[in-house]
Formats: sequence, C-alpha cells, structure tokens
Amino acid sequence: MNRLQLSRRQLLKGSAALGAGLVIGFRLPLGADAQQPAEPGKFAPNQWFSIDRDGQVTIVNSVPEMGQGTSTSMPMIVADELDVDLSKVKVEQAPANPKVYGNPVTGAQSYGGSRGIRDHLATWRKAGAAGRQMLKQAAANEWGVPVEEVETEPGAVVHKKSGRKLLYGQLVDKAQQLPVPQDPKLKTPGEFRYIGKEYARIDLPSKTDGKAIYGYDVKVPGMLIASIERIPVVSGAKVKSFDATAAKQVKGVKQVVQVTSGVAVVADTTWAALKGRRALKVEWDDGPLANLSSAQISKEYRELIKQPGMEARKVGDAERALLSGSGKALDAFYEVPFLEHVCMEPMNCTAQVTPNGVTLWAPTQNPGGSQAIAAKLAGVQPEQVIVNTTMLGGGFGRRGELDFVIDAVETAKAVNAPVKVVWTREDDIRHGFYRPATYNHFRARLDAQGQPEAWWHRIVGPGILIQKGRAKAGTVDGAAVSGAADVPYDVPNIRVEWKEKDFGVPVGFWRSVGASQNIFIVESFMDELAHAAGKDPYEYRRALLGKAKRHKAVLELAAQKANWGAPLPAGRARGIAVAFSYGSYAAHVSEVSLAPDGKVRVHKITCAIDCGIAVNPDQVRAQMEGGAVYALTAAFYNAITLDKGRVQQSNFHDYPMMRIAEMPQVETHILDSGEAPGGLGEPGVPSVAPSVTNALFLLTGKRIRSLPIKAEDLKKA
Amino acid sequence: MIALNVNGKAQQVDVEPDTPLLWVLRDSLDLTGTKYGCGIAQCGACTVHMDGQPVRSCVTPVTAAAGKKIVTIEGLDARAEHPLQKAWVAEQVPQCGYCQSGQIMSAAALLARTPNPTDAQIDDAMGGNICRCGTYQRIRQAIHRAAKGGKS
Repeated sequence: MNRLQLSRRQLLKGSAALGAGLVIGFRLPLGADAQQPAEPGKFAPNQWFSIDRDGQVTIVNSVPEMGQGTSTSMPMIVADELDVDLSKVKVEQAPANPKVYGNPVTGAQSYGGSRGIRDHLATWRKAGAAGRQMLKQAAANEWGVPVEEVETEPGAVVHKKSGRKLLYGQLVDKAQQLPVPQDPKLKTPGEFRYIGKEYARIDLPSKTDGKAIYGYDVKVPGMLIASIERIPVVSGAKVKSFDATAAKQVKGVKQVVQVTSGVAVVADTTWAALKGRRALKVEWDDGPLANLSSAQISKEYRELIKQPGMEARKVGDAERALLSGSGKALDAFYEVPFLEHVCMEPMNCTAQVTPNGVTLWAPTQNPGGSQAIAAKLAGVQPEQVIVNTTMLGGGFGRRGELDFVIDAVETAKAVNAPVKVVWTREDDIRHGFYRPATYNHFRARLDAQGQPEAWWHRIVGPGILIQKGRAKAGTVDGAAVSGAADVPYDVPNIRVEWKEKDFGVPVGFWRSVGASQNIFIVESFMDELAHAAGKDPYEYRRALLGKAKRHKAVLELAAQKANWGAPLPAGRARGIAVAFSYGSYAAHVSEVSLAPDGKVRVHKITCAIDCGIAVNPDQVRAQMEGGAVYALTAAFYNAITLDKGRVQQSNFHDYPMMRIAEMPQVETHILDSGEAPGGLGEPGVPSVAPSVTNALFLLTGKRIRSLPIKAEDLKKA
Repeated sequence: MIALNVNGKAQQVDVEPDTPLLWVLRDSLDLTGTKYGCGIAQCGACTVHMDGQPVRSCVTPVTAAAGKKIVTIEGLDARAEHPLQKAWVAEQVPQCGYCQSGQIMSAAALLARTPNPTDAQIDDAMGGNICRCGTYQRIRQAIHRAAKGGKS
C-alpha cells in the first residue's frame, strides 16, 4: 500500500499530543470563549485550529479516538481546507466543553452513531477554509493587491504576479484583526490535498511501542486504585451490609467504601484492590430482578408476540393482502439475544475531586456527559470539571455510558484522594448495557409470479431510547425499529409493528444498534421470500430495489466483485445481504463452506460500501474489516443469558471472541457516490451475519432464525 | 524484595509474592504498554517474553519471573524499530490498539523461532491473542511483511 507518511519525528510529536504525553502534560480546558482567545500572536478564528507566529499549526480534535481513526481524518480535513502541511501540524484532544466543541448536529459532546465525519465534515471544512480566506485577505491587504490575485501553497500565501510570498506565521497578527467569514469558499474535490487520499494514522506509532496512554494506564500523583464488588444481579440490587475486616487486612488496602454500584476496595496497587475485593463479605438485597431468567424472557416474548404492537411503518394494507394474495404465504419467527460490547480495555476512570472542582481522566465517548455527571455528583458547576479524554481501548457504544465515571467520582469523593477505578473483564461482561434481545414474527404473501404482495413484521423487545429517557414511553423507539421500519424493498403492502417489553435489563447502543439485529432478520426473511419464489436471492432483491438506488448500487457492486453466480468448489456457497445504517449503504457477499463435521468456514467476505465521501479510504477498509469480525463473533458465538437475575457469562472462556484462524479474507470496495458523508464504524456490521446464514441455507437447507448459530443449525436438513 | 530483570535492567520490587507479573510491570515499574484484558490467560493482551518465550503475564506470579529475562513491548527494540513494529505501521494494523502490544510480542516470539512462517503457523502462534477491533487480516499481512524484510 502506498500511503503518505509522516516523518518519524512528526509521528512521535503527533502521538504525544494524542496520548503518550497525557500523563505528564494535561491541558487546562479553554474557556467558553475559546473561539476568540485573547492570546496575542495566535491566529485562532475558531475553536478547531490555531497558528502561532512561528507558523506552528495546532488542530483540536473533538472526537475521541476509539480506533476508528478520526484523530487522523479530522486534521486531514482542516489541514486540507486551511492549506497547511499536515505532517507539521500538532493535534490535540479537545477538553470537555459542549458549548465550544459540541457536535454541530446534535449539540452534545458525545460520540456514538458513527457521527465523527458525517456530522462534522462541513463544519471542519468551513473552519479551515475560513482561516485560509482570512490569511489570503491579510496578505492581499499587506501587498495592496486584490484578494482574487493571491493564492495559497501549504503554509503560505503567494502573489504569483509579483513573485511575493508570506508565510502563515508572518500573517498571524494581521489575520487576527479581520472578521471571520461565515460562508468561506470551499475547495472543489479536485483541489483536495488530503481528503480522499490514504494517509497514515498519526496514532499508530504510539500503539506499536506501548506508549499510547489508555484510561487503564493513567497515573497521577497520590493516586489510589479501586476495584468495586458490584451488585450480583444485572441491575437493581443494593448493598444490605458489608464486612471489610478481612479486606482491610490485605496489604496495600487503604479504605473500603460503599458506592452506588457496590462496595469499593481502595488500595495502593491494582493487585491489592483485587485481593481485598475477594476478601470482602457483602450482604445483598437482590432487588426486583432477582428471579429473572432468559427462559422467562423468551417465554413472555412468545406470548406478547400475539398482541398488536405500535405501528412503525405502514404502506397499503398488509393485513388484507396477506389473506388475498395469489401465491405462497410465509410465516416465520426470529430471535436474537442480549449482547455485550466487550471493549478490549475494560471500563475504568480516574477522578480527583476537590472543593474547587473535579478532574477526570476518562476513556469516554461522552466527554460532555462525563463532565455533567461529575459536576452533579461533586456539587460543582460543569465549568469546574476538567475532562481529559484518554485513548479508548474500544468503544462500540459502551463508552458513551457514564457508569464508570460515576464509580470514579463517587469513590474519589469518598476517600478524598485521586482514584482510578478499574473494572475486571468479569465486571465488564456482567454489568453491560446490552444489545437488546428481541423476538420477531414475520408474515409475507407472494403473488403468482413470486413477487411479494405483503410484508408484515412484528418485533417484541425493549427500547433503548425509552429506557434511557431519551424517547417517550408509549411511542415507537427509533432504535428498536431501525433497519426494520425502513425496509427498502418495493412491496405494495407493508406493516411493521413494535411491541415494547422491557424487563429492566440495562440496554445500550451496541455497534450498529437496531440494525445489528433487524437487518439480520429482514435480510434473512427476504432470502426466504426469494427461495419461496424460486428466484436467485441477488436478482430477487435487485428487482425490488428500484426506489432504493443507493441500496441497489452497493448490492450490484458487491455481487459483481464477488463473482455472484460463478461456479464454486463443491461444498461452498455464497450468501448476500444489503443494509442502510448510520448514513451509509453496505452490501456483503459471504463465501462459506461446511465441513462434514459441521465446522463452518467463512472464506471470503466481499463488501461494497457507499459512505458518500471516503475521507481516508484505507480507514474505510479498516472499519469494514473490523465490522465483519464484530458481526461474525456475534453470529457464531455470543449470547448474554440470565439466571436468577445474574448474567451467566463472565469472561472469554464463556463469551468467546473470534480469533485469527477464523479470519476470512475481507475485500472492500468503496462506491464513491458523491453524496453527503455517512458513518463507518457501524455500517460494516449489519449485513454480514445474514450474508453468512443465507449461504448456510444453501449448504444445509436449514434457515437459521436465531443467533448465535447453533450446532444443530449446521446439520443438513 | 524480589529481583527482576526487565528489558535488560535489574530491578528490585517490593510486592507480595503472589502478585502477577502484569501488575508489577504496570503498577511498580510504570511499564503500561503491557495490558490487562482478562486476567485468565484467554486474550493475550498481557503477553511478554520470559527468557524468549511468550507468556501471559496476568497469570505469571512475579516469583516465577525472578531470575528470568523479561522483555516487554517497551524493551522489544531500543528505538521501537523492530521489523514487526515497522510492519505494523506500514500495514496500518492497529485500530483501538489496546491488544497490539500483546499481538506484537506474540508475533516477535514466533518470528524468533520461525523466521518465515506460513499462514497456519501464524494462526497457531497468534491464536491466543484476541483483537476485538478485528485487525486479524492486517496482523497476518504485517507478520508476512516483517518476515520478508519489510516488503509487502
């Protein structure tokens, strides 16, 4: 691969700004007036960059780096429009300050929903372009020439007519006096220097030499380390009493304090905290979920599916068409389990609480929310809370939650010292915000030619937005029906219903959220329709996507690149699926084989992705590769189950992850549609699982209607 | 006090004898490149070399490391220019990066005994290392690249 490369020195500099230097040099947050710092000699027309008199450019990235690469693509965008040499810029992570750094679309300084590039591209381009325009104007004024006569080269304004040139650093003081243009002229795509080119990630050297600082690695003077004995039940249990006598005898244990999530053992080392925790005796009130089991959840779902739900989509009259169609009728039930995110870095947070405020060191997707909750818990104003966002060892939606921040603030406040609260892997798996388990009923009716006349889908499950108070109870939860209500196929009669049932198991935004289960279900059932009609599953879908051009385009590209229809070795089959999620369109073709002993092998996954504009194409591919692994892991291995209110899984031995030997070849093809930017972290997930199970159907004759895939699913029908 | 040799340096650490090497490296010696991922030798994020062999430091008591040569990611190469580190950047392997110290240490032990591994040998040697971001395809390419002297 040919990529533009930063020099080693610049890489180190960049990585220091992004993490390696965090422990030694945390920045104080800029005030709310960050756009117009009073600092003389510094040109900072907006919060996203500054240039000093030496010409040093500093770009401030607001999106936490959780592996998605935005800490590189963000500066690529600003540097491109500003016209500076990206290899010479410094990149800093923004402090928490939603008024200044909040997402321009949502207003929140919280990053989920693959919102990095797609919500910020326009703002960041404008930010850089405004700076470039002002620098050009400052130079034109200096030379007494019309601004139309000057242009830029990286880091300088030039007047070709007279051969004059001024470096950006020389223009800082003059440019600072000019008004900031609200609608600056942007580059045309043909003028891009970085956007759309492959650029080496600036955080990677620090991720290959051990220097990147994640939350778990934070060390501040006087810091203690805590491990919390958490409630045994997934939610709602409380501490009745605890006996810390034995825990306090463990060498290194300093204090034992009760917090909301359980009992915190605070020690001078991680090992002492963990040992102290094991010696702790806690009496629990198990609370309202003490008898909840997965069997009960499944049973109740099966009763509730018979009851009408709320209407999430209606086209024509599906109920009537189901009864009157001239061709085959289909009827099927689909079920998916609760899933945990499993970030490689378990949850953690470090907090220091003083009467004057709070300092947090947090691997968080939600710096704004972390600031607000810390302020509330400590009884200070949000402006008195400094949030240092460290590197995130994975996010996937889990790190948008605030439970680990609450742990740290409560514990630090209780012991009056800086405290790092660390979670074990067991804590992580047993105290997640799980991808909802749902149960689904599908009905369809074909006409005599096999074309669908009616599509009817009822979902039973909890609503993430409703549980979190972000949507009104009694309304359709958008997260619960995404990927289902927006089924793209041209069917004259469609009805999608959602029946809310929340057992109180904490649910959250798991990479691709509703689409993660609904696309599996919808694309599997669409495959059932194709086979019932006796049609090729690709051609069948394609014919029904006449009104969904972007779906159709990625479907066609994936099929073409995967040689859909070309002969395969015996025992192999291809499956296909297509999805829209988070602003992007993806299609996957999986090539799968099944050994006589029931061992499945996914040999190759061909992905076509239309994310509007690919800012850093190599990172588009990286997200598609990672999304495929995330989806395959869930499809083959994972289910969170409950018994007596307790999560039955605990670590990688009973909640396994896909490993390198199972890695298929993932080939990504980017469809450059020129449309508005879409997301990438999530869209690589939804259509992977159905592409695999649709291929397995061809090999076994069995339709897989519940995940994860079970051994009996793989025996031939 | 327990005497350790870490990254070529003699160290004395005052820790309980049952402390896993992982926490001694991280908490006592500030070598935080070695990560905690599971605590039960299932994920490989804590992989270090002990007398050249890859071990899971989360289940290795510090006493078992006494008198052995321990190498962590920080000590793999003085200038962080081990062929694998260079290949990891060339192939743009890491995403979140949290597992990558362990991945590189497992790969380094593999290349030390098998300079030009096959895919099957890579699968075998790297099977104990989980990457939740799913960078396996690039890990494989990077190991091959390093084995071929940096060429892709």
